[in-house]
Amino acid sequence: MNFLVFTLVVFAGSLFAGFLGSLTGLGGGVVIVPLLTVALGVDIRYAIGASLVSVIATSSGSAAAYLKEGFTNMRVGVFLEVATTAGAILGASLATRLPGPAIEVVFGVVLLLSVFLTLSLREPPAAEAPAVGDHGLAHRLRLSGSYPTATGEVNYAPRRVPLGFGIMAGAGVLSGLLGIGSGAVKVLALDQAMRLPFKVSTTTSNFMIGVTAAASAGIYLRRGFITPGLAMPVMLGVLAGSLVGARFLIRARPRILRFVFAFAIFALGVEMIVTGLHL
Amino acid sequence: MGSVLRYGVVLAAVLVAAGGVAYLFERWDYAEHYRMFVGSPESLTSPAAILRGALALDPASLIALGLVVLVLTPVARVAFALLAFAEQRDRLYVILSLIVLVVLSIGLTGHSL
Repeated sequence: MNFLVFTLVVFAGSLFAGFLGSLTGLGGGVVIVPLLTVALGVDIRYAIGASLVSVIATSSGSAAAYLKEGFTNMRVGVFLEVATTAGAILGASLATRLPGPAIEVVFGVVLLLSVFLTLSLREPPAAEAPAVGDHGLAHRLRLSGSYPTATGEVNYAPRRVPLGFGIMAGAGVLSGLLGIGSGAVKVLALDQAMRLPFKVSTTTSNFMIGVTAAASAGIYLRRGFITPGLAMPVMLGVLAGSLVGARFLIRARPRILRFVFAFAIFALGVEMIVTGLHL
Repeated sequence: MGSVLRYGVVLAAVLVAAGGVAYLFERWDYAEHYRMFVGSPESLTSPAAILRGALALDPASLIALGLVVLVLTPVARVAFALLAFAEQRDRLYVILSLIVLVVLSIGLTGHSL
């Protein structure tokens, strides 16, 4: 195929990634990298560079809609971003030193681990758990909030804040290393570790995703991971897809989102490992 | 704040789209599929060089400039959060936002650890 066809294929794939990303809080990166490397044979470094761009595009593109709806918790976001941005710089530095196949295998393993974590957790989704009073670190850092539902505002308070902070640092490292938004890890940390309502988790994660990715963007750019010809269709496709997806969030039910999320990640994880190990 | 963010994304998209169309116009028939990693040319790896190229209407530089603007949108979000916290006299979160901005600035210089 010539470059034009290649670009159009990338654009179409990115549309889908952006749509899925804004619905599930993933950021699109987990679809973009396997699409580019497995389906199109793109070198992993260019792929993660384009992916990082898509992550920021999804995050910023759907941001305005989320903030208006009142789900995002800015204090939680900013507080945890201290961890994610520091981790991202560490991760991006690692990415410049690891060989391509190693990054691919790490990518695949991380995807599979995410699925394992999602499916093996026995606690009910936080949206169904009763609201608890805030205490400890959540109270001292004023991390509690409320979100709108059909029956009025519902209060919530984060739990296990230090654990959430630690997981976020790891999410940052992954983001910098793999060019992903680490939306899966972030949502897991917010939802399972900190017990925030699911839609608060996804929207707050979305806010953090873009900021985390921006932290590693400079390093990626300087090393040439982000190449214009590839980043262009990815960014535009993901933006378009995420704008459409953002309109569906309020009407979507958390359980469906979880399953779509887990299934997509599993399939992609297997593909990445297969590719990285040259099977 | 939402409208600044939106304008930033729109500006980035316009730059990338404009540069993209020109880029495709030049290369639509090439066989480039990015299979081999060769890094990027000097002209696209630093903001100063990108700006120079964009002013000269080089397609790749225009795209790169759009990408830089895109990268700055999340940074703007943190800056706005900082302003909102300042307005609420929330000193703790002004400091936390500042820390995040400092880390972001370090990242944006591009020097890895």
